Amino acid sequence: MNYRQARWERETDDGETVAEPLLSEKGTETVTHEASSLPDDLTRDELTLPELSEPEVAGHYTRLSQMTYSIEHGPYPLGSCTMKYNPKFTEDVAAIDDGAIHPDRPDEFAQGTLELLYGLQAFLADVGGMDEVTLQPPAGAAGEFTGLQVAKAYHRANGEHEQRREVVVPASAHGTNFATAALAGYDVVEFPAGEDGRVNVEALEDAVGDATAALMLTNPNTIGLFERDIEEIADLVHDAGGLLYYDGANLNALLGRARPGDMGFDIMHYNVHKTFASPHGGGGPGAGPIGVVDDLAAFLPDPHVRETDDGEYELYEPENSFGKVHGFHGNWLVLLKTYAYISRLGDSGLKDTSAMAVLNANYLASQLDLEIPYGPFHHEFVASAGDTDAAEFAKGMLDEGVHPPTTKWPAIVDEALMTEPTEALSKDQLDLLADAFAAAGQKSDEELAAAPETTAAARIDQTSAARNPRLSWRDLEVADD
Amino acid sequence: MATHHPEFESDVQPRDQGASSPFAPHTGAEVAAMLDAVGAESVDDLFDIPESVTFDGEFDVDAKTEFEVVSEIEDLLGQNADAVEFLGRGHYSHYVPSVVDYLSLRSEFLTSYTQYQPETSQGFLQALFEFQSMLVDLTGLDVANCSMYDAATALGEAATLAARVRETNGETVLVPDVLREGKRSVLENYADGAGLTVESYPTVDGNADLDGLADAADEDVVMVYAESPTSRGTIEEGLSAIADLAHDHEATFCLGSDPVALALLEEPASVGADVVVGDASVLGLPASHGMGLGLFAVKDDYLRQVPGRLVGTSEDAEGRRAYTLTLQTREQHIRKERATSNICTNQAWVALRTAIHVASLGATGLADLANDCVDLASEAAARLDSVAGVTAPVHDRHHFREFVARTDEPAAEVVDGLAERGYLVHEVGDHEIQVCVTDMNRGELDGLVAALREVVA
Ligand SMILES: Cc1ncc(COP(=O)(O)O)c(C=O)c1O
Repeated sequence: MNYRQARWERETDDGETVAEPLLSEKGTETVTHEASSLPDDLTRDELTLPELSEPEVAGHYTRLSQMTYSIEHGPYPLGSCTMKYNPKFTEDVAAIDDGAIHPDRPDEFAQGTLELLYGLQAFLADVGGMDEVTLQPPAGAAGEFTGLQVAKAYHRANGEHEQRREVVVPASAHGTNFATAALAGYDVVEFPAGEDGRVNVEALEDAVGDATAALMLTNPNTIGLFERDIEEIADLVHDAGGLLYYDGANLNALLGRARPGDMGFDIMHYNVHKTFASPHGGGGPGAGPIGVVDDLAAFLPDPHVRETDDGEYELYEPENSFGKVHGFHGNWLVLLKTYAYISRLGDSGLKDTSAMAVLNANYLASQLDLEIPYGPFHHEFVASAGDTDAAEFAKGMLDEGVHPPTTKWPAIVDEALMTEPTEALSKDQLDLLADAFAAAGQKSDEELAAAPETTAAARIDQTSAARNPRLSWRDLEVADD
Repeated sequence: MATHHPEFESDVQPRDQGASSPFAPHTGAEVAAMLDAVGAESVDDLFDIPESVTFDGEFDVDAKTEFEVVSEIEDLLGQNADAVEFLGRGHYSHYVPSVVDYLSLRSEFLTSYTQYQPETSQGFLQALFEFQSMLVDLTGLDVANCSMYDAATALGEAATLAARVRETNGETVLVPDVLREGKRSVLENYADGAGLTVESYPTVDGNADLDGLADAADEDVVMVYAESPTSRGTIEEGLSAIADLAHDHEATFCLGSDPVALALLEEPASVGADVVVGDASVLGLPASHGMGLGLFAVKDDYLRQVPGRLVGTSEDAEGRRAYTLTLQTREQHIRKERATSNICTNQAWVALRTAIHVASLGATGLADLANDCVDLASEAAARLDSVAGVTAPVHDRHHFREFVARTDEPAAEVVDGLAERGYLVHEVGDHEIQVCVTDMNRGELDGLVAALREVVA
């Protein structure tokens, strides 16, 4: 595809070439606080910030937006991130004024909000085959943390916390699984995948034992394969006294077809910004509700929503709650969009979502001339760039007007191109994406090194960014002096 | 290759059936062509799920039209009773200019993700760089990241950072005894994994009791936390002394604030703050049931220990200024269990909104807004004080946005009485209520005062 991203070029007063000057380069003002009713010693001496008119601000951000590739430009097949279309109407729902309330409103003044949250809790529980769901965690990783805090509280209540110091994680897991276990104070026990790309039950047997607090898994796993031994794995972990945690990043593959609860998982998080289409916003916000089985419900975060006998909704503190993971109730606007999306799709749409997501991944894979070592995969697959560095391959794809897949992870596939087209791409878009893979595959190392040429910036020097960190406009001014 | 479930025969999706989701584009003919390319009979054949864990139930959620969904949610949220909120205590709303919505809702911003490919994400990266820069200007510190989830989780992250940089064996985090309970709970959960415990130091009239703090601070302290404004709305007067106390014990001093307050109050760097946390979404978001944006800024020494994403500048191959995520070896996707945090998805889009809001206010507009927060609080306190049976403010301090008032009647009855009349305030003690006034509710102050007169009469 012939493609050019918007690109501007101009010189700053210092002779530097930039696409769009910084706000600070366009105009600043320094204010002092002599007129403030506060005494001098409680105020700052002065404040300098950009000072621009609204037309200037609007022009600035419009140009910045045009130098930002998004889902609506074309394929954005970042594996594991589920970059699906974000329905527009959910923004209108998020803007409903009656929903813009303070988190400390008494329950009787927030019945609508609480009923909606209760409905979402119930729906997510159903989708995951879980008994109770909390909506408080503000992202997937926060959900993982919440889940491990629940596990910790449970083991504490059983007097086993001192003994259960380990969280077991497959080598191919997402970085957050390891980091969350560490944040929660656990030692991480990593175990390798089997030859077929799935959990090797024997390797797992070695890793799981008396010290196991929990095993964290995703299913389908990060190469898209269903862990067919999941029930055996669950028994193994449960027999050892541990809990089984489901990383919900890949739930889009299973919607309406299989449920983590039915597989033996005790705790799971939902990445609602992935599976349920709330926009990723350049890195967030998301929301990471967690579901748990009955035995763990009493440990959930405070507060939780329930329905009273007379059909009202109320917040309460679960009996053995470990406390809070967010200052208030989590990322409300994201949860609201999730509710809207689910209501719109209903059973049929949700089931269709997993069907089309899996069809798209399989179709795209069939059109590629790259090795895909592991299958059968579901909503995503991991191709290998072969002798080419996967990160370089990705730069070559940028010039074809698409966003490349996730690269170099998981390590189980050499030069991994982890590709998740989602259900939202049409056959035509998938064909364009396949062409982009092919075009990148035909480029020489030199051509790849010169890529990208069509984006707002050419190849960026990462080393110098890290070696000489300039992290604010103040750093740039200092560098100029 | 795939499992086929005979008992599912009647349920098997016909091979030439198009998508029924409105957000999947497939026609029936395309589905059939794609299946042919894959070599599968039906879409169901592509699933490799053992029968024993296959779900064949229903969720009993009917698909709806867009209009039906919007109407349903409007009705549902319409059940939130009408009330005027004089609520604060960590979640505040100021008027958000239209330009913030129109620009931030551009789909390029809204529907992109983390800038793993910087060459095609320059615009968002620059916006985040500018957000970081604004917080550097506001805090006076050297480095700000481009978001934590909210103020409470940012505080939790500050505690784990303090533990990583500590030069002592300290294990105690000291917080004011008036700290909001929910925030403290989040902090305790983050602290737990790092082997830290959270303890309180006393306050007088909302602010730190410096003698009490000196008694509480021993060699075991690893971080001292203070807020300005405090959760009781007072402006802290002893920040430099608190910083000195912390530093005397080789502990980190962490200050909690927000971008509006920072525009006016003492600059954190100038009072010796090592870390600043807080809720930056006081600009950029309307009341959102507590959704926030965690601000996180530190002095240079802690750069390698910062959690979350950082945007820096570099050059592209043609020698032009370019932006990129940087120092990623701190992060979970590279460093795994040795990462500085587990955060991945963050609040980037909220940070964009906050930056647009700051840009559209400018230095002058932001300073004016901050001064209004002081003047409105004192004006409102005086108005309440004029009501017989009410004393306001309780604390003989300067206030920002909110203040505590004493009521002769039990506070619970006053709060209920006001609620019956459609005014919501916090109950914070047996005879104490807390009232928050901003540009959003100042026009309702007369009503609040009249209602209060009735209630306490
Ligand atoms: C497999 C997997 N687990 C966990 C996460 C973490 O989720 P979040 O980014 O919402 O914190 C991600 C995504 O980023 C993921 O892909």
